[in-house]
Amino acid sequence: MSLTPQEITHIARLARLKTNPEEAESYATQLSRIMDLIDQLNSIDTENIEPMSHPQDAALRLRDDEVTKLNLREEFQAIAPECENGLYLVPKVID
Amino acid sequence: MQWEIVIGLEVHVQLQTKSKIFSGASTSYGASPNTQACDVSIALPGVLPVMNREAAFLAVKFGLGIDAEINQRSIFARKNYFYPDLPKGYQISQFELPVVGKGKLEIKTSKGCKTIGITRAHLEEDAGKSLHEDFHGMTGIDLNRAGTPLLEIVSEPDMRSAEEAVAYLKQLHMLVRYLGISDGNMQEGSFRCDANVSVRPAGQKELGTRAELKNINSFRFVERAIGIEVERQIEVIEDGGDVVQETRLYDSDLDETRSMRSKEEAHDYRYFPDPDLPTMVLDDSFIESVRASLPELPHLRQTRFVSEFSLNDSDAEKLVHDRDAADYFEAVCNSSAADTKIVANWMNGELNSALNTAGLSIKDSPVNSDRFAELLDRITDNTISGKIAKEVFSLLWDSNKSVDEIIEEKGLKQITDSSAIESIVDQVLAENYDQVAQYKDGNQKVFGFFVGQVMKLSQGKANPKQVNELLRNKLD
Repeated sequence: MSLTPQEITHIARLARLKTNPEEAESYATQLSRIMDLIDQLNSIDTENIEPMSHPQDAALRLRDDEVTKLNLREEFQAIAPECENGLYLVPKVID
Repeated sequence: MQWEIVIGLEVHVQLQTKSKIFSGASTSYGASPNTQACDVSIALPGVLPVMNREAAFLAVKFGLGIDAEINQRSIFARKNYFYPDLPKGYQISQFELPVVGKGKLEIKTSKGCKTIGITRAHLEEDAGKSLHEDFHGMTGIDLNRAGTPLLEIVSEPDMRSAEEAVAYLKQLHMLVRYLGISDGNMQEGSFRCDANVSVRPAGQKELGTRAELKNINSFRFVERAIGIEVERQIEVIEDGGDVVQETRLYDSDLDETRSMRSKEEAHDYRYFPDPDLPTMVLDDSFIESVRASLPELPHLRQTRFVSEFSLNDSDAEKLVHDRDAADYFEAVCNSSAADTKIVANWMNGELNSALNTAGLSIKDSPVNSDRFAELLDRITDNTISGKIAKEVFSLLWDSNKSVDEIIEEKGLKQITDSSAIESIVDQVLAENYDQVAQYKDGNQKVFGFFVGQVMKLSQGKANPKQVNELLRNKLD
């Protein structure tokens, strides 16, 4: 399977990565090779094999519903770039 | 052209847990910003999510409540998007294998009963809050809500009118409160609704293009927003245009919907299983422990109220609607000798109007079920009349005294001594010679006047039945 530079630009945009046209071109070639490996995996017949969502066959550990975390706002905000009135400040976003 | 409306609803219900879904931070509402935002909530590097058992328990409880398939193996996935109130850059949700599969909910509208399919319900974490007020041109982020457990309940596109959508929401709202999985508080965002709305020519099989309506967080707004969106879509199509698949925001001030995100920017979430969270496996004993915790469900309770307490359907429905009211009713019936119909009437009448006036819920009623039962008992054993009971009720409301103390203190005891009533009757007849003459001439209407006079003279305390009998004896 081969990816187009346009697809690379779209994926990069979703991941908030900046790419220029030359990079998109070369990533397209590189990532297409990785996709070829996946195509190879896809060619295997998995008809009777139960899909796995994780490499280990572990079950999720469940914890009791208890409040165990202390309020560490001061410590956390001491290392944040900017805060005010207890809020973390970020560049303005409007949906 | 005849248009058919098609509606599917997505409801986010905040689960009632003490701590967050993947960390031990508190979920209580209204705390000072970021005081409940722990290392996991703010996504410090290196932290790991640990699943809250209670959140799984409550999700399964909902599943059993709608008769759904429970997926004993379910998977958490990452839903990737960037927004500052989502510090990890992804929301942990469920995608391919949600904990609750297909179920159903019965609704009732003016057109009768209908079953609405529920496609799925999955667990996920809530995001934080962005505050766009002036912080020198910056946005303030409060992550207290980030990580609060949510159950997203997705319906089939089975609803055909705004009325059905509202009926479904109300039924769902009642159910989650009955099950005790959420407080359902809409103002605080514990019960939020998005609606997928489309129209198609009546008789057409394929669905029309849908718009997703956001920000409709009251039953009234749901009805308005759907109505307005349907009109808009029909107008677009009839003018020769096409409905665009998009997210629209309902603005209740302007009473309109407007586009939030265009198709180009439509989210591409790139879901994949979260490597931090292995498969959630809920064994049979877990499911059985949830089943054992299920309360009697509203529709079953309604049926039982009809058979056990001989109520009619509409009274039973009114009482069952609120779990606390139904509990109150049962407590009164179990400790009082009063007729169940009287209990229902008094609850739907005096008690309800007093609660409404005071803006209280039945749980906080100053007249608890014990005192209410005592009051109705005094009507039943003829100590007081129904009319006097209303007076006693309002005195009960404002004091901590018992019913008997109030009756005693205020001298409200009903007069049942026939000689005492007879002397009042005699007095009334003697003082109203003209009316007696009219009655004798065949004017039956005057009878009510005599009853009124006797009741007035006795300050409402004479037993009305005895008064009637004595008057008849004397006049007829």
